[in-house]
This record gives sequence, C-alpha cells and structure tokens, in this order.
Amino acid sequence: MPVNEHLAQYSNWAYTSTVVIYVLAMFFYLGEQALTRARTAATAPAARQLVTAGGATVTRTSSTPTEDEGDTGRRGERPTAERLGRMAVALTLLGLVVHVVSIVVRGLAVHRWPLGNMYEFISFFGLIAICAWLFMARKFAIRRLGAFVLLPVLILMFLGGTVLYAQAEPVQPALQSYWLIIHVTVVSAASGILLVPGVASVMYLMRGAHDRNPERFVKFGPKLPTTSTLDRLAYRSTIVGFPLFTFGVICGAIWAESAWGRFWGWDPKETTAFIAWVVYAAYLHSRATAGWRGNRAAIINILGFGVMIFNLFFVNFVDSGLHSYAGVGS
Amino acid sequence: MTTLDQPTVTADEPTPPPRPGSVRALLALLRNSWRGLTAMRTALVLLFLLALAALPGSLLPQQALNPNNVATYISQHGWWGTLLQKLQFFQVFSSVWFAAIYVLLFVSLVGCLLPRVIEYGRQLTAKPVITPRNLARLPHHEQIEIDAPDVDPAAVLTAVRGELRGWRQVERDERDGARSVSAERGFFREAGNLVFHFAMVGLIVAFAIGKFYSYTGQVIVLANGSTWCNSGVLQYDSFTPGLRVDGTQLAPFCVKINDFSANYLTNGQPDAYNSDIDYQSGQSLASDTWQPYDLKVNSPLRTAGDRVYLINHGYAPQFTVTFPDGQVRTQVIQWQPDDAATGLSEGATKFDPPDVTDPAQLTKQQLAVTGLFAPTATVSGGLVTSTYPALNNPEASVVVYQGDLGEDSGTGQSIFTIDQTMVDQGKLKNVDAANMKPGDQISLKDGTKIKFDNVQQWVALQIAHDPTQDYVLIFAVFMLLGLITSLTVKRRRLWVRVVPAGEGETAGRTVVEIGGLARTDQAGYGEEFTRLSARLLDAAARATVGEDS
Repeated sequence: MPVNEHLAQYSNWAYTSTVVIYVLAMFFYLGEQALTRARTAATAPAARQLVTAGGATVTRTSSTPTEDEGDTGRRGERPTAERLGRMAVALTLLGLVVHVVSIVVRGLAVHRWPLGNMYEFISFFGLIAICAWLFMARKFAIRRLGAFVLLPVLILMFLGGTVLYAQAEPVQPALQSYWLIIHVTVVSAASGILLVPGVASVMYLMRGAHDRNPERFVKFGPKLPTTSTLDRLAYRSTIVGFPLFTFGVICGAIWAESAWGRFWGWDPKETTAFIAWVVYAAYLHSRATAGWRGNRAAIINILGFGVMIFNLFFVNFVDSGLHSYAGVGS
Repeated sequence: MTTLDQPTVTADEPTPPPRPGSVRALLALLRNSWRGLTAMRTALVLLFLLALAALPGSLLPQQALNPNNVATYISQHGWWGTLLQKLQFFQVFSSVWFAAIYVLLFVSLVGCLLPRVIEYGRQLTAKPVITPRNLARLPHHEQIEIDAPDVDPAAVLTAVRGELRGWRQVERDERDGARSVSAERGFFREAGNLVFHFAMVGLIVAFAIGKFYSYTGQVIVLANGSTWCNSGVLQYDSFTPGLRVDGTQLAPFCVKINDFSANYLTNGQPDAYNSDIDYQSGQSLASDTWQPYDLKVNSPLRTAGDRVYLINHGYAPQFTVTFPDGQVRTQVIQWQPDDAATGLSEGATKFDPPDVTDPAQLTKQQLAVTGLFAPTATVSGGLVTSTYPALNNPEASVVVYQGDLGEDSGTGQSIFTIDQTMVDQGKLKNVDAANMKPGDQISLKDGTKIKFDNVQQWVALQIAHDPTQDYVLIFAVFMLLGLITSLTVKRRRLWVRVVPAGEGETAGRTVVEIGGLARTDQAGYGEEFTRLSARLLDAAARATVGEDS
C-alpha cells in the first residue's frame, strides 16, 4: 500500500513539536532544580495520635518510614520553584500527547506498526523513557530531576530526527511478522524503562561522592535525593525493565527462528543483547553481595544501560549483521 | 551465588588445627577452591568476564557469520589480525577461553544451587522465627495502647490472625502473660529464583545438545517444478553439520518448487516473496503424494522435524546451443544476484559439446555463456544495467567463451563464474559478445548458434534441523516466569504482640505492637506494612473494646 505523504508530513511536524515542548519542559525542570533549596534529610518523627474507639481511648504510635517524601517533596519549597515544577510536568504531559500523535500518525501513514526503522525506534524509546520517569516520579521525590531524563531523550530524538531520519516506508518481507512487532516494541520499551535506573545511578554516584566529600558537587549534590532513594529508584525500575528486556529477547529469538532459520546465531546485535543481559544480571547479583552494593552496583547499572544504548543505536554502524534493517548505514 | 537474599557469609567454620599430610592439604585446597568457586562474588566476577569475553563477538567480524569480512579484517590489520586469529577472536563463541568462562560459571551456578534447594526445603518446613523482644527497633513498627484492662491476649490474636490470611504463622506464649504471633510470607521469591536458575541450567544444556545434533544447509532450486529431496549431504550446495551429525541420517522429505513470485515497491525494495511448493514426508513420501504449501519469508515449512526457509531468489536465463553438427543442448543455470535492489545478476552457463568423448577435442569445443543479466534493463553506451528487480524488460549482456573450461583441472569451480586462469593461459577464448533479449540468437564463426530462450526463477532454500529448540523455548519461558516471581515477590516478616495490662506504667492499658521486617529489599514493604498494620490494629482494637464499636 502506498505511503500517505500528507500524514507522514503531519507526523514529522508533531515530532518536531514534541522535541520543542520537551526542550521547554527541560528548562522549567532546570529552573525548579535551581530554585530548590537543599534540604537536610529529616527522619520522620514518631507520630502519635489519639483515637477513641467504643468509649476506650486508643493511642497509636507509628515509626514506619514512609516510602518517600510524598510525590514531589513540596514541603517548604519556594512557591516559584513549585510553580515551575508543576508547569514542567504539564509541559511534559503535553509533549507526551503530541509525541503519541506523532507515532500513531506515522503508523497510519505507512499502514504498518510504526517501529520499522531507527527513527521510529528512537521516538518510541523516548516516549517510554519519559512515561517510566513520570510513573516513578509519582512514588519518589524526583520531579526536579526531570531535566536529566529529558536531556538524553532529547539528544537521541534530535539525532533520530536528523542523522538517522528515515523516510516513511513499508518494511521488507522479513520484517512483516507480528513477532517483530512484539519483539521490537518490547525491547524498545524495556530500553526506555532502563533509562530511568541509568540516570538514577549517575545521580547516585554524584550524591555519593558529595556525601563522602562535601567539597564535590557543592551546589548540585545537596539538591539530589538521598543515595538510598536513588538506589531504590534504580532497583525498582530495573526489576521492571530487566524482565521485560528478557521477554523481548525471547520474542526476538522466536522471530529469528521463523525468519532466519535459527533462534540464536551470535549476530552482533544478539551478542550485544546477551552482554547487556549479563551486565544487568550482574547488577541484580551485586545488590545482594557484600562489598558490591552502592557505588559498584550503580556503576554496573550505568554500564548495563551503556551497553543497551550501544546495542540499540550503534551496533548497526559497526558491523553489518542481520539486524541492519534500521534504514541507516549500508 | 550462594544466595541472592542475604550477603554471603564468608566466615568459615572454625578450622581444625592443621595436621601434616598431603592428602589433607589437597582436600583443604579442593574444599577452599570449591567454596571460592561457588561464592557469589566469584560468580559476579565470572559474569563480568562472560560479558567482556562476548564483546569481541559483537565488535569483530565472526568466522561463522561472515568469513569474507574476517579475511578482509585480517589482511587489513597485519600482525594484529593474525594475532587475533590465533587467539580465536574471530570465533569467540567456540573459543577455548569463552568455553572456560561459561564452564566455570556453570559449575559455580550448580554448586550454589544445590545447597540452596536443601536450604529452601528446610525453610519451608521451619516455623516462623520467634518474636524479637523489642519490636520498636525493627524498621517498621506500630503500636496501640488501649485503655482496657482484663483483655485476653489470645482472643485479640485470634482477631488479628483473621486478617493474616496467606501468611505462615505461629502463635507463642511469652513472659508475663504476653502472647505473640510470628508471621512470614513471600516464600515464592526463593522458589522463583530457583526456578529461574534451574531453567537457565536446562536452557544451556538443551542449547549445547542442540549444537551436537543440529544441521543447516542451503540449496538453490529452480522454481519450475524442480524437486529437491533431503536425502544426503551431496544434495546441498552448502551444509553445516552439528558435531555428531555425519549426514547419513537426515530427515527424509522432498519439496517441489512450482513457482516463485515477488512484489516490489517502486523503489525496488521487496515487499513480499512467495513460493508455491508441494512437499512430501513420512506417510506422503511412502505413498508418493504431494501436499501443497505456500512458502513465504517468516513462514517456513515445518515437516519431518526440519524447517525449510525461503531465503533468497534470483534469475536463471535459459540458453539453447545448436552445435555445428546440428545437435541441440538446452541449459538453465542460476545466475547470482549482484545487487538485490536492481536484481542485476551475473553468471556462467556452461556447455559440453555432445557426443565428444576425446578429451583433446572436448577441451577445444567447450562453451560458456557468461555475463550480466538485467531483469529491467537500460542500455547506455552498450552497457546493460538494471533499474528494477522485477522481470519488466529482461536483457542479458553475454560474453561467449570457447575452449577448455578447465573442469578436469581437479580444483572445484564456481557455477557462477568461469576459471579465469584458463582465459589467462589462452586455453579459453572470448569468441563473441552481444546484448540479447529473450528470443535473440547469435551465431559464432564456427556455425554454433546460441539462443537466449527465456528467463526462469530460482529460490534459495535453507534447511534447518534442531531437535532441542522447543526445549530451549520452554526453559526460556520458565526462566522468565521464575525471574518475574523472584523480582516481584517480597520475602517479609511480621510480628504482633499483645501485652496485657500490668502494674505501674502500663496499668490499665493493653498494648498491641506490630513489627515488620522485609528480608529482601526494603523497597515497597513500607506501604504494605502501613496498610496491613492499620487493618490488624483495628481488628485488635475491636477485639479489645468489643464488637459494639
């Protein structure tokens, strides 16, 4: 079926608008971050409350630490910072809507699932990364750090929209499989989710360095969440992204079995996926091994995300394997 | 990998005083090596080594995937390339060092899993641990004091335990009339973890067995009703057997390629490949009946335990040669696609003169029609190029050679080319060249006529056999299920203690205390504990004060 050029053009405009909105949102996040005062970690005091039940007085004492300081840690924030933060979130949500429109319209334009080349792949990756971040920001006080997630997403989306841009086109026969749809969608979603622990781990290293030596990251360090918050953020997003990635690799193997005649062939992309998988396995083990928690675990997580990114976006340029469908290189 | 949930205990049991004797020393060495190998930190290092060792497999060309790139890389990098080759860097996944790492990791894994299974069995039968004396010191703690004397702790606990469905629990009497419940849940975490690791062991074993008994091969078959049977290695153009496959026991089946069709987009990109085939295997092979199948990319034929894939296609021009003595020979030989985007192909169709047995004569009269074939031809300056891969305007640009093809030289010959050394030696001479459309005919000086009859299509089939791939998939699914279970289920403990009203400070007040501890990751237990303890304390308060509240 021919490509609908009009729709493809609308999709491209939506993509560009998305990037612009995200850039704006990023500046608002940065503004919030800049205006936020460093908070000293306060332990939640034991709360006592009196209740009467059935005539008898019941005194309740609680010392359960709450999961985190609410969603945004708005207590004691300056109103300007708070307002900037809320605007940033609103802008991000607006960006997400336009982003979804861009992807859906692209799919309508080419009459296929809109994950057929590198450009489309990066777009979806960015969408999921930002969704994962917003979701995590509901549980952890990390709203101010939005800029540091938007930055890598924006860099990739910029590259995707310029260097790696591919015309809207149907895909070749080997790619016309529902396993491909599942495989590529799941793997790019998993990669998007794994961006969150990657960023959190970088923050962890900064905050950790600041805690050990307050001279380092003097301005930035104290405004970051505590190391334990960042560690939990990294862990909780990794345990979503990692099984999803595993599932994506299995789907890929099923697809490869029916498309290429073998389920696993140590193709460069497969090999790098294997490496990433092993690195994330090492991350999970390191968090349970004395002497490997904390800094080392954070470094392993960053390494894992590095391998993912390398695999998703750069293996295609290194060696021409079977996965070089991306519409780039050659 | 001793356990995922707790830090590895490295302190060894008290070692007995050293005694002389080399046997003892050896045993100690073995024991310590075993402990070292099965420790989590060793496994972690081995995991890193595995990742590191796999890296060249992704960055360097690999022999198994692309021998040409390997050869180019070696010739371009001089001594460095040769060194890498000696160190097996171009066949990482069959190299000694890669095998060493995964064997060590495998042993470490099994060595750590077995004790964990025993430990897990023990935990399943053990009672939840005794209530700590001071629950307030636990990470999660809630307490209520109720102004109600004469409360029966057992009755309160019964009410509390009603809210603890799904928890393994035990009730115990304590000092001074106090009574407590120890509860624990999340045993599926370790079960999932064990399932994951055992499934991984199973996957590796199945994968390895598959490498022994699998084979793959490729063959080109003309799509004109030609039949191909999986009856032996010689039927293949190329064949890669597993370590224990000698090619004598291939799964018997036959395919008949009736037709091939392709759809292309306007830019020449293929959109769909289809091949209408018939096949027979097992029963239908015995009775010589054919079953139809529509062979497509992504939709292999699965029969007799083998899979047949459509992996490529191309053109086979048909030439008819009329020799000066009037005898006629027709040949259809596949030509090799040079450019997938335009379908431009290259090849050599070779003829032996009929009824000539004298080698001296034969080597003067052999004939080869070589050249380029363009499915959609454009001719500029006498050169034929192709602009589109479909058969819209076929034309061949042929060069005819006559003489000795060198087929008796003892060295194998490509079916796509002639032996250039025979040309260089002057034994094979260029006798004519022309651009031909189907139906065109040219005549050589000696009276031989060559006619370009028409063009047929060929398909490249890949035949693959892997007896364990289904098991690999099953193990992979179990790995995934185990992984999800072990990452989502939290192992956690909860204690409830009821202290009846006593003397002095707590006179007239019954104290109900709840303590919680997540044994694995603390993340996430807080919310559950807050919710649960509120419910438990409500139940306790109601039980204490009476149902009328």
